[in-house]
Amino acid sequence: MRKLGATAATGTVLALALAAWTHQPPRPEQGGGTISGKVKFAGTKPAMPKIDMTEEPKCKAKYQGVPTEETVVVNPNGTLANVFVYVKSGLPASYTAPAPSGDVTLDQDGCRYHPHVLGILVGQKLAIKNSDGILHNIKAKGVKNRPFNISQPTNMVSERTFTAPEVMVPLECNVHGWMHAWLAVLPHPFSGVSGADGSFTLKGLPPGTYTIEAWHEKYGTQTASVTVAGSETKTADFSFAGK
Amino acid sequence: MTKRAFACVVVLITAASTPLTAHLSPLTLQDTTRGKAVYVKWCAGCHGDGGAGDGPSAAHMLPRPRNFTGAIYKIRSTASGQLPTDADLMRAIDEGLPGSAMPAWKGRLSDGERRDVAAYIKTFSSFFADTSQHVAALKFSSAPGGGTDPSALKEGRRFYEDSIHCNKCHGDEGRGDGPSAPTLKDDAGFPIYAADLHQNWRFRGGGTVEDIYRRLRTGLDGTPMPSFSDLIEQKFLTDEQLWRLAQYVRSLSPPGAPEVRDVIHAPQIAGTVPVSPDDSVWARVSRYWFPLVGQVIRKARWFAPAVSGVWVQAVYDSKTVALRVSWDDRTQSPDTAWLKFEQRILETVAADDSAPPLQAEPWPDQLAVQFPRHIPDGMERPYFLMGSETDPVYQWRWTSRPRKSVAGLARSIERFDTLPGALAGEASFDHGEWRLVFTRALATPDTANEVQLEPGRAIPMAFFAWDGSSGEHGSRMAVSTWYFLALDRPTPPGVFISPVLAMVVTLGLGLVVVRRAQRRGAARAGV
Ligand code: HEC
Ligand code: HEC
Repeated sequence: MRKLGATAATGTVLALALAAWTHQPPRPEQGGGTISGKVKFAGTKPAMPKIDMTEEPKCKAKYQGVPTEETVVVNPNGTLANVFVYVKSGLPASYTAPAPSGDVTLDQDGCRYHPHVLGILVGQKLAIKNSDGILHNIKAKGVKNRPFNISQPTNMVSERTFTAPEVMVPLECNVHGWMHAWLAVLPHPFSGVSGADGSFTLKGLPPGTYTIEAWHEKYGTQTASVTVAGSETKTADFSFAGK
Repeated sequence: MTKRAFACVVVLITAASTPLTAHLSPLTLQDTTRGKAVYVKWCAGCHGDGGAGDGPSAAHMLPRPRNFTGAIYKIRSTASGQLPTDADLMRAIDEGLPGSAMPAWKGRLSDGERRDVAAYIKTFSSFFADTSQHVAALKFSSAPGGGTDPSALKEGRRFYEDSIHCNKCHGDEGRGDGPSAPTLKDDAGFPIYAADLHQNWRFRGGGTVEDIYRRLRTGLDGTPMPSFSDLIEQKFLTDEQLWRLAQYVRSLSPPGAPEVRDVIHAPQIAGTVPVSPDDSVWARVSRYWFPLVGQVIRKARWFAPAVSGVWVQAVYDSKTVALRVSWDDRTQSPDTAWLKFEQRILETVAADDSAPPLQAEPWPDQLAVQFPRHIPDGMERPYFLMGSETDPVYQWRWTSRPRKSVAGLARSIERFDTLPGALAGEASFDHGEWRLVFTRALATPDTANEVQLEPGRAIPMAFFAWDGSSGEHGSRMAVSTWYFLALDRPTPPGVFISPVLAMVVTLGLGLVVVRRAQRRGAARAGV
């Protein structure tokens, strides 16, 4: 995904020049608007259950203290991480996504998934990596996509692709019942995940009015309507409340 | 419970499997209108009118009936996540899914009906109509030479425990008791047991080494059981090594599915009977398999018995009989590691129509052996389901905690009165297996209440088992029908009319009576 953004950016200059010259509107992925924002967290931060990794000393050794589940990760600055923000609707019907460049990697390290929430394009390769060198199985429980459940008993990489847009495809390991990740399969690259500072950025949007959805595994979804024109940057902040 | 639900349960109890047939043409040519009629009549009670696996009796079952709307199937010849082929669907319908409530339909429905209904269940999901779906059977190799010789099995075992670690779920000896087992759920979130690999006759996709190899290649979609095909592509192991693994798994079960015989023959031994379940004598005595089913006659009914059967052996000496009962049980209950699993079982399996789900408690494991108080001369025996007020039964009961054995009289499921005097019972638990030996004098002073075990007679006997960690206690248990114990007399040569022959004649009639009694019991219980 990051790579995609970079490609889009390098293409921008050329595209703008071309557009000026031909008086054609720029293609969506060239130039375009930006939506960015922060995901705030209000209320009390729930205590995350500790994960007992006694059965897996190799994983246990990767942590200083006792690792916890990642269902709700509140950042030090009071924002919420692992919120998937994406364009839910509003793209012109004629929009076609650029061909995916590069793979998306999901790593199993310390008996947790990295990242915990991720996006992928339809048809793009998901490289599932086992850095732990112990038995994991990876089960994708899509509904619009066919599921799969494969095993990785050692350090290795397996690849899979997805055929239909779906938010979310739950991923899990059954050997380690605490391991969960969430994969969003989208027909376009306009998505981001709130990081360690709670911010996200969607770049390269064609002009239009969009429904932006923010998805969190525990707190559900919120939407915002945002209109972007040209290459302006608009802000859309979200706020989830702990219950 | 609805009539339909009960019919389903009866089908489940009596389900028998039949061999696989070849299928002629693609199912798309079949008549889905006729298929729907078959479906509504025979399948909807479990699978639901809309195919969502939510028919009226579904809530009593574990595993739940398949939800056809997701088109996720366990038994396929295709790669993980792919749709099944038509032949895969036909096989499931023809042969059923052993170890689950799904009956075999071959012989009950005509070829045409089975094909029509298969075509109909495909209409519940749009995936089957989606031409971009890739439905191709994997190319399966055939078993390599060297089959089941020790070195082949040893190699298989190595993959099982050292390099793939199947034991994480299936346990070190394969009885489904691995450290991850109590956390397992299926895709619908229902608890699921890691298969007991010592009971291949209960494998959903069949118990031959070929079946096992195929399941390892394809996985069982919708369950935690993954596919291992990628490992061959990635050269983690060779196809031949995967076969070795399948052969190892196959070697854990007996060579043939256990045959249910009605009479346990106990030889007389010189010296004294073994009191320990791990005594070497037992290795030389034949064992008999008795299947158990859920207690579905009296409330609270139980449709998901955790113990599928018991292996029984018996020997006697001049004074004492020793009865060894062994059975597979993932847990040495009570086991706190399984409390959450037990809670999920109790929430999933509706015990009765109205009862709210129970709270998980640390119940012990239990086993009961039942006899009439007197060996009957004729065919009548007490009611098999723990006797009645007027005709109690004599039982030996064992619990895992406190670890003790008692003898007593049962007058119903609810009423058990201990008799004075201890009963000798010794049990050991090893990797998902209980082994228990009861010993008792052949003759006892209390001839009114305690059966007198006379050599040469057909002594009626029945079994009950409870797995505490599956929430079983009281009427939530697994039950058998009446069988017979025969303490065989060493027959001097030349004696042709043996007591055993006489007994077999009795038995033929006896079974009829048991059936009748059961039916009467069922009628009494108002089913
Ligand atoms: C007594 C209840 C019951 C009835 C009646 C029943 N089924 Fe099932 N069926 C089940 C259960 C339970 C399962 C799931 C077993 C499992 O997941 O291990 C199942 C699974 C299946 C599967 C899935 C096989 C797979 O590989 O995943 C098919 C196909 C199926 N049933 C077809 C039918 C058809 C067709 C009928 C009617 C002719 C029918 N069933 C009637 C209980 C029933
Ligand atoms: C993540 C846990 C897990 C792992 C790892 C696992 N299994 Fe399983 N396996 C299961 C579960 C759960 C079932 C029961 C599925 C069901 O009831 O439908 C099962 C079922 C089976 C069956 C029965 C198939 C049938 O037709 O019913 C066999 C055989 C089996 N596993 C062998 C293996 C072997 C060999 C390995 C290692 C190579 C392995 N399993 C690894 C969870 C696992």
